[in-house]
Amino acid sequence: MIDAIMQPWPWWIVGPLLGLMVPLLLVFAGKNFGISGSFRDFAAICAPRTKISYLNYDWRKNAWKVFLAIGVVIGGFAGNYIFSYEPATFLPPIYFSIPGVIFLALGGLMVGFGTRYAGGCTSGHSIMGMASLQVPSMIATACFFIGGLIMTWVIMPLILPGG
Amino acid sequence: MQETITTTPQVTEETSSTAVNIRALIIGVFFGIVLVKGEVVSWYQIQAMFRFESFHMYGIIGSAVVVGAISLFILKRLNMHSIDGDDLVIKKKKLDKGTIIGGIIFGLGWAITGACPAPIYAQVGSGTWLAIVTLLSAWGGAYLYGALRPKLPV
Repeated sequence: MIDAIMQPWPWWIVGPLLGLMVPLLLVFAGKNFGISGSFRDFAAICAPRTKISYLNYDWRKNAWKVFLAIGVVIGGFAGNYIFSYEPATFLPPIYFSIPGVIFLALGGLMVGFGTRYAGGCTSGHSIMGMASLQVPSMIATACFFIGGLIMTWVIMPLILPGG
Repeated sequence: MQETITTTPQVTEETSSTAVNIRALIIGVFFGIVLVKGEVVSWYQIQAMFRFESFHMYGIIGSAVVVGAISLFILKRLNMHSIDGDDLVIKKKKLDKGTIIGGIIFGLGWAITGACPAPIYAQVGSGTWLAIVTLLSAWGGAYLYGALRPKLPV
């Protein structure tokens, strides 16, 4: 039993547990599951005197996504150091270089920009949106995949060594 | 449950109390553990997903949606309220050019980073220090979106 917990978990455990994020947040926080909005909050926190209207708001009034995100950081630690025999590596060695860091930063920029422009991510659109049967979220999810497929099959082979 | 109109991106009348924030943090800890144990935070698993080499991520997303949908159905049937006694409200997602253009851009980035938003936080927590680059640039991306927003197609 302990061994099963300390090994990686199978999809049929992980998926349903993630699905529970929907009722957990609704019932205990009165909130719709989603987290990409935290990027907006943290950007607002980092730019307190900005004139950009999108970031010019009192993030403290509705800060639950910031708290959710902090919880995820803690959970990430717990998952990799408490509930694992050995911490796993999640990024490929190729990113541990100057061009790798630049590429990773570009990727992060696209994740932050794209999720805000789309109004959600895999949590807000793919899980919450699709669980509530909302067509915009199904379309958003399809677009997430289209982007990922283009990067994986077209762009990466051109720029990453080894294809 | 009632369906309401989306809150405008500009002004949000939503608030969260300290109690709600603390509960969100605790739920976040659970979320982070599951993401790491499920390898949802692994660039390798995301690549395997986009390369169609593994069912793992499809199984996760698919079963998450199913469980989420069933839970919403049950909550509705039971006429559940939040523990603070409020009606449960599902916010309406809107479909516009951002859904599509932004969605594709996010997808491009997801394949690079091996992490969608929540996994970025989990990667940082898991000791993947390089993910701090991902996180800071994601915040930068939100900033950039804010700056460009008046000029972007809607």
